[in-house]
Amino acid sequence: MRRNNFTIKGINPCFFTFLAISWLGGIMPLNLQAQTDSVKLSRKDSLNKVNDLKEVQIRRIKITRRQTSSTPLQILSGAELEKLNSLSVADAVRFFSGVQLKDYGGIGGLKTINVRSMGSTHTAVFYDGAQIGNAQNGQVDLGKFSLDNIEEIELYNGQKSAIFQSARGFASSSSLYLKSRQPNFEDGRSNRFKGTFKTGSFGLVNPSLLWQSKITDHTYSTLSAEFKNAHGRYKFRSFSGGWDTTGVRTDGDIQTMRLELGLNGILRDSSKWSVKLYGYNDEHGLPGAIVANVWHFSQRQWNRNLFAQSSFEKNIGRYSLMAVGKYTNDYQRYLNPDIVSVDGLLDNRYYQQEVYFSLANKFKVNKFWDLVLSSDYQMGDMNANLYRFAYPRRYTFLNAFATQFHFDRLDIQANVLSTIVSEKVETGPQPDNRNELTPSVLVSWQPFGQKEFRIRSFYKSIFRMPTFNDLYFTFFQPRSIKPEYTKQYDLGFTYIKGYEDQALTQFSIQADAYYNKVKDKIVAVPGTSQAIWIMMNMGMVEIKGLDVNMQSAWQLNKDLSLNAGLNYTYQKAINVEKTSSYHHQIPYIPVHNISILASATYRQFSMNYSYLYTGQRYNQAFNSLENYVQPFYTHDMAIHYNTLIHNRKVRLTAEVNNLLNQPFEVVTNYPMPGRSYRFTLTYDY
Amino acid sequence: MIINMNTIKSISSKILTVLLLAVMLTSACRKDPQVIKEVREYLFPPKPDHKMKGFYLVNEGNMGMNKASLDYVDFGLGQYRRNIYNEANPSQVKGLGDVGNDAAVFGSKLYIVVNISNKVEVLDVKTGKRINQIDITNCRYITFNKGKAYVSAYLGQVGNPAEPNGIVAEIDTTTLKEIRRVKVGRQPEEMAIINDKLYVANSGGYSPQNYERTVSVVDLNSFTETKRIDVAINLHRLKADKSGDLYVTSRGDYLDIKSKMFVIDTKTDQVKKQFDVAVSNLTISNDIAYFYSTEWSHHTGKMTVTYGMLDVINEKILGTRFITDGTDKNIVIPYGIAVDPSTKEVYVTDAKDYVSPGTLYCFSPAGVKQWSATTGDIPAHFAFVYK
Repeated sequence: MRRNNFTIKGINPCFFTFLAISWLGGIMPLNLQAQTDSVKLSRKDSLNKVNDLKEVQIRRIKITRRQTSSTPLQILSGAELEKLNSLSVADAVRFFSGVQLKDYGGIGGLKTINVRSMGSTHTAVFYDGAQIGNAQNGQVDLGKFSLDNIEEIELYNGQKSAIFQSARGFASSSSLYLKSRQPNFEDGRSNRFKGTFKTGSFGLVNPSLLWQSKITDHTYSTLSAEFKNAHGRYKFRSFSGGWDTTGVRTDGDIQTMRLELGLNGILRDSSKWSVKLYGYNDEHGLPGAIVANVWHFSQRQWNRNLFAQSSFEKNIGRYSLMAVGKYTNDYQRYLNPDIVSVDGLLDNRYYQQEVYFSLANKFKVNKFWDLVLSSDYQMGDMNANLYRFAYPRRYTFLNAFATQFHFDRLDIQANVLSTIVSEKVETGPQPDNRNELTPSVLVSWQPFGQKEFRIRSFYKSIFRMPTFNDLYFTFFQPRSIKPEYTKQYDLGFTYIKGYEDQALTQFSIQADAYYNKVKDKIVAVPGTSQAIWIMMNMGMVEIKGLDVNMQSAWQLNKDLSLNAGLNYTYQKAINVEKTSSYHHQIPYIPVHNISILASATYRQFSMNYSYLYTGQRYNQAFNSLENYVQPFYTHDMAIHYNTLIHNRKVRLTAEVNNLLNQPFEVVTNYPMPGRSYRFTLTYDY
Repeated sequence: MIINMNTIKSISSKILTVLLLAVMLTSACRKDPQVIKEVREYLFPPKPDHKMKGFYLVNEGNMGMNKASLDYVDFGLGQYRRNIYNEANPSQVKGLGDVGNDAAVFGSKLYIVVNISNKVEVLDVKTGKRINQIDITNCRYITFNKGKAYVSAYLGQVGNPAEPNGIVAEIDTTTLKEIRRVKVGRQPEEMAIINDKLYVANSGGYSPQNYERTVSVVDLNSFTETKRIDVAINLHRLKADKSGDLYVTSRGDYLDIKSKMFVIDTKTDQVKKQFDVAVSNLTISNDIAYFYSTEWSHHTGKMTVTYGMLDVINEKILGTRFITDGTDKNIVIPYGIAVDPSTKEVYVTDAKDYVSPGTLYCFSPAGVKQWSATTGDIPAHFAFVYK
C-alpha cells in the first residue's frame, strides 16, 4: 500500500476560504438566534470559569497555579503577552527562565526552544490541548506561531502538574502549552471582532482577524485568520579582532497564511466539547550560514500544516472522562538549487500524517485521593521523494497510570508511563521496537500556616524517541539508535506576598535548583567524510542549574502602575562523555542568563521594556578561544496607546527591538538583525 | 493622592538605578574580540639537516562553522604552529573559510581549496600571508602541471537543472586567473596528471540513484575530455605511482556495494587490477601505498578502522603495517595521511568526534609513534614545503 492513500491532495488556501465561507453561511442564522437568547443571561460567560475558580483570593493576592504547581510553571498571558515586544511565540518564550531560544535570525529563520539544556527535541508543544508533533525532526518552529491568536503560554518543567491529562502530557521532559483565545463576551454581546494590522522593518505586512461568536447560549465559535508577508532583508554587522564588515541578509523572506476555525461549548450535563480546524501555509527562504565568501543563499522551503482536532470532557459523579482525537497532515518541500542531480535541482518533498486518539479517565476515590488512567494511541507515517526512502510508519501506544493525594498542605502526584513503539519500514532493515516504562513523582508542600510559601520538588525519568530524520534521513543510516533518556531532579520554592497601603502591592518569587542528566544523546557526526552523516548515541550530559523568577507589582498612584519581573538562570551543562571535551560546557548553553521585563501603565498609555542577557557560550563541544561566542544583550521597548473610538477599543503600538543596535549571533554564522521597528494597530469590537 | 510625587520619583529612580546597574554589570561582560593568535609548541628535537622545511596541515572545520584552519610543522625548529592563518591575515573577513578540502604547495605559493567558501586561497608559502583568492564554486581538489593549477569542482554552474556535470578549471599560477574550464563527469573528486593527460575520478555523489562510474581523461593541450574509463561507482581517490598506474578508490553505495580499489594502466587506459579492500584514503611514496579505511557496519553499528600497505610495483598487499606500537587503538577516525618523502615517516591525523580539536601523529618508518600534536578541527590535508 502506498503511504499517501488518504492524503488530501492539492489542498491550498482556497480550501480554507471555502471552509470559511461555508461555515459563515451555515452559522449566521444560528447566530441571530443566539443574540436573542443571550439577553437573558446576565452572567459573564467564559469557558475559563473552571480555571478561575481554582484561583483562591487571599486579601489582595491571588494564589495561582504558578504558586501551587509542583513542577516549575511559568506563564505569560493576556495583558502581559499583549505588552510584550513579540511577533511570534518564539519571541515571547525568550523571557522564561531556564530557556534558550535557538534563533537563526530574522523573520524567516528557524526558532526552536531548548529547556534546561536537554535539547529542543525534548520539549513537547501543545496547542489547545493536543500536541503539535513533528515526527520528522522532533522540532517545532515556534516562529510559525503568531501571538495574535494566543491567549496564554505556559511552560512546565517536567510535566503539567495535573494528573488528569492525556498520556502524551506525561511523555516529555518539558512541555509548552499554547492556548488560543477563548470566547469571552461582555454582557449582552454575542459577537466580538478583533482586527490587527502590523507593519515595520523587514517589509512586514501582517493583517489578522479574529471573530468570536455566540451561536447558542452554550455554543461558541471562533474564526481566526492571518496573513504575513515580509521580504526579511536586514543589515547586519559582523566583526572580529581584525575586521569589521556589514552585510545584508537577503534570504529571509517569508509569506504565511493561517486559518483557524473553532467551535466549542458546554452540554446540558455540563460536559465540554470542542472542535478545531487549523490550516497553515507558507513559503520562505532558508537563511544559511554566512561563511567566508558566501553571503547569499538560494534554498527555499514550503510548508503546509493541516489538522483537525476534537475534545470532549465529562463528569459522572466520581468519574471524569476526557477524550481527544486529532488528525494531522503536513507537507514540506525543500528546494536546493546548489545541488543538481541527474533529475535536476534537489527538490525534496516530505509528507507526514498522524492520527491520534487519547482517553483519560479519572476516578475520585475519596476527597483527597484521585486515580487516573490515560491511554493514547498514535500512528504517524512519512513519505518522501528520496531515493531508497524507508517510508516509515510508527505506532505509539502510551498508557499512563497516575495517582494524586491532595491534602490541605500537601500534594503528591505520581505516575508511571508505559510507552510501546512499533515501527515498520518498507525498505532497509527494520528498526527495533521499544517498550519502556518511566516514572515521575511530584510533590508540593506548604510547610507553614500561611499559604504564601510552598516547597516543591519533582523527579522525572523520560526519553525521546529517535526522529524519522535521526533514523532514515540518509539511507545508509543504522537503525539501531536508542531513545535519548533524560532524568530530572528539581527542588524549589514559591513565595508570594501582598502589601497594602504602600507602593509595592505584590511581590512573588519562585526559585528552583535542578540536576538533569541526558544519556545516549543522539548526535550527528560526519561518517567517513563530511558528506556522509551518521547518527549515533554518543553523548552524555549533566546539567546543574538554578532558575530564579521574581515578579513585582506597584501601584504608585491611582493612574500609574508598574510591573517588573526578573529571571535569572544559571546552568552548568557539561559533557561527561569521555572525549577530548570531557567536562566542557555543551554548545550554545550560557552559564548565565538574565531577562528583565518591566511595564508601566499610566492612564491610556502603557510602556514595556524588556532586556535579555545571554552570557558567553561556545559553539562547539570543545571550549576554546576559537569556539567562543560573545555574550549579547538586547533592549526592546514598546509604547502602547489605548483609546475608545465610538465605544470600540483601539490600540496603537510602536516597538523598537534591539534598541542599542547591538550586533550579535545566537547561532554562529547566523547574524541577527540590528535595531528594528514594528507598528501595530488593533481594533477590538 | 496617597503618595506624593517625591515618593514616586524616588521609587522610580531606585528602579531605574537597579535596571541600569544590571545593564552595566552585564554590558561589562562583552569583551572586544581579539585576533586569535597562533600557538607554538616544540615537539621534537630540531632537524636542521632535514631535506624539507616542513609541512602545512589544513584542518577542514565542521561544515557551516567557518572553521577551516591552517597549522604548520617546522622540521628545522622541531616546532608545531597551530592556527597560523588568522594572525598572518588578521584583516581577512571571516578568515580562511568553511571546509578546507585540499592543500598543495606549488612554487612559492600554498594553495588551499576551501569547498563551502567556493574559493582557492593562495598564500605565500614562507609567511602564510594571503596573496589572492580564485573563486570557483564548490571546488574540491587541486593538482599542478607546467605552471598551471587544475581544480575540480562539483558543478559547472549551480541552479541549472540541466547541468549536473562538474568541471576542471585551469588556472595560471602567475596571474592566479582561471584560463579555461572543461566539463567532466558528475561531482569530480581527485585528479592526477600523467604525460599531459589529466585523470579525474567522477563520483556522481549528488545522484545516489545513478552514481558515476568513470574516470574522465582530459587532454591538457586541447583541454577537452577525450575519454571515460569505466571503473566502479562513486569514485573518490585517485593517485598515480611512478610507473604511470593510477590507484582509484570506489566508495560503493554504503549499503550493498562495497568500497574497493582499482588500478588503471594509463598506457592502455584500462582497469588492470582490483583490490577487494575498502580504502578511505591513501598516499603513495616511492613503491609503497599507505592506506587506511573506515567502514561503517549496519550490523554492529560501529566504525571499523583498518590500516594497510601495498606494494605498487608488484601490486600486492603487504603484510607489514605502518603503525606497530598499538597507537592505532587511540585513533578514533583517521582522516588524513602523508609520508615524508625523505625520511619515510608516516603522518596520520585523527578527526575524533569532528567537533573537537584533532590529533596529528608522527610514526617512524618502523611504525613507532615519534610525537603527536593537537591540531585544529578535522585535520586532513597535508602540503610539504621543500627547501
